[in-house]
Amino acid sequence: MPDMHVAAGAIAPIGHGSTTGVDVERIALYGLLGVMALLFLMPVYVMVVNSLKPLDEIRTGNLLAFPHHWTIQPWLTAWSTAQIGVQPTGLRPYFINSFLLVVPAVTISTLLGALNGYILTQFRFRGSHLLFAAILFSVFIPFQIVLIPMAMTLGLLRLAGTVTGLVFVNVVYGIGFTTLFFRNYYAAFPVELIRSARIDGAGFFSVLGRVLLPNSAPIIIVTVIWQFTSVWNEFLFAASFSDFSSFPITVALNNLVNSSTGVKEYNVHFAGALVAGLPTLMVYLLSGKYFVRGLMAGSVKG
Amino acid sequence: MASLELVNVHKAFGAVEVLHNFSIRLQDGEFLVLVGPSGCGKSTLLYTIAGLEAPSGGVVRLDERDITQVSPAHRNISMVFQSYALYPNMTVAKNIEFPLEMHGVDKVSRHKRVRAVSQLLQIEHLLERKPRQLSGGQRQRVAIGRALARDPQLYLFDEPLSNLDAQLRVDMRTEIKKLHQRLKATIVYVTHDQIEAMTLATRIAVMKGGTLQQLGTPSEVYNRPANTFVAGFMGSPRMNLVRAHLAAQGTGGLALRIQEGAATTVQIDLPPEVVPDAMAAYAGQDVIVGLRPEAMSLATPGGGPGPLQRVVEAEVVVIEPTGADTLVVINLGGHELTVRVEPEVALSPNQRARFVIDMRKLVCFDAKTETLLA
Repeated sequence: MPDMHVAAGAIAPIGHGSTTGVDVERIALYGLLGVMALLFLMPVYVMVVNSLKPLDEIRTGNLLAFPHHWTIQPWLTAWSTAQIGVQPTGLRPYFINSFLLVVPAVTISTLLGALNGYILTQFRFRGSHLLFAAILFSVFIPFQIVLIPMAMTLGLLRLAGTVTGLVFVNVVYGIGFTTLFFRNYYAAFPVELIRSARIDGAGFFSVLGRVLLPNSAPIIIVTVIWQFTSVWNEFLFAASFSDFSSFPITVALNNLVNSSTGVKEYNVHFAGALVAGLPTLMVYLLSGKYFVRGLMAGSVKG
Repeated sequence: MASLELVNVHKAFGAVEVLHNFSIRLQDGEFLVLVGPSGCGKSTLLYTIAGLEAPSGGVVRLDERDITQVSPAHRNISMVFQSYALYPNMTVAKNIEFPLEMHGVDKVSRHKRVRAVSQLLQIEHLLERKPRQLSGGQRQRVAIGRALARDPQLYLFDEPLSNLDAQLRVDMRTEIKKLHQRLKATIVYVTHDQIEAMTLATRIAVMKGGTLQQLGTPSEVYNRPANTFVAGFMGSPRMNLVRAHLAAQGTGGLALRIQEGAATTVQIDLPPEVVPDAMAAYAGQDVIVGLRPEAMSLATPGGGPGPLQRVVEAEVVVIEPTGADTLVVINLGGHELTVRVEPEVALSPNQRARFVIDMRKLVCFDAKTETLLA
């Protein structure tokens, strides 16, 4: 869905610059871009349109057709009464689970990333480069490899099958990225500000809390968007380490689609998928411009 | 306020020695300016005093207390940075308040102090603004205000004026001098600008390559530079440095001969009153003569030279009027020397003219070690 947002936005600046009248190349370019945009938008269109139709219309009619009879019933069903596994609870409890997972996971991994970035840039201790390389390496480890060690760890910590356990997993996996973001941002942070704070009497945490963090808005936004999206959309850990009471929305959506009651309720499935995707879409829409700006801010100097 | 003492402070980054054994003692209320070209170690020395850099060896004492191992926060020192280093997220008032807050001063006293400091620096109308809404000069004032807030024992200034434009720099220089006179504070000030050093300091430490070249009052450093580096660094235009032969005269006196042996040899007899004892030993050897541009002047047509003056004839090469006075570059025995003369001077290039040298202002350096003969 974010891709759609970017693709649609990319056309606008070119349009403003055009001054010539009929230009074959230009027409071809716009035609191509239009087709691409349609391709990107088509699935979204199909999802939205069909989530607002009664099931009969989908089965008898055209998937691309507009609804004859508008209804929000599929959304209500997906939200509160659809069969998820054995329970007819709808997605709501799992949606709440996802928030209970995402909010602490994002907050903790962002704060730890800031702390790591602060230490790695301001205290040039022996082996700090090696440590950073090791943290960075975690970014490249495929999820599948850590499934079994992580399962054992969660078992030892008695966190298996809980939302807290999932928070732990996502924090551990997120630290690599958040540290990378903050380290690069703080490497370009004015050194004199930190020196000044130290002379003014600020201790280890005061420097971080009063000087670094309040001046880190761009990179905090980048990190929050990044972490929110990846934790919210994360499926493998969620499917592996949670149980019926602690499923996040991704697993619940999967179960919704796979729970067979005789008929495939496509309209409900579409609505459910949209419900699952809305929060990340909202995060992008609200702070998308900071995302690009923040990525630039961190990458100029490293 | 307090005294500051550095004993054998040195600092090395790996094998690179950036600060050689450095010892200095500052009395209460002194204004020490550390001056030198970039890379001379002056900032490192300042950071060592601040506690931002740990010295590789040596002791730092503030008010007789050994603070070598004390953290910057607990040294009772304030610092003003070149970039002002104002916290961008805080208002001016919060910036000034910050060091007080960090030291656990209660809210009422904090506000009282912020008011007093902002009054002193005339920045009361800026208190609710953020640093980005201020001009360079205003930021500098706020930075000084923040340093004043805590009423520390020692102030450190790290090139505080180098980001300001020329006019503002002169104004702020005066402000800082006024502030020092009023507060009677002990200050260590780093700059690469020798005029700032001359105008502000009660004592100047000239540094080069991590070693102290000379420590003295502005007048000592200017008039009796310890070596040719100090002589060339302090003062604008630079001190004229000319190699000359120190010849013993038949009468027992000494004379300087510039370009000994050539047809254009210039001989300057030295009055015995101005010859330091050490110089007698150099008879028959080469020395480096140092002459400030203002140690020479255009000879008046009528009167002859006084007992401590000598007259030389030289060719005028270039005339550079600066407004307040005129700089004349002359060719004396094959060396170009700058002379500072009256602004309205009737000279033209290639003309020969007579110049008076004030022999009391002439200094000589060893030709090899380049140190002052005194």
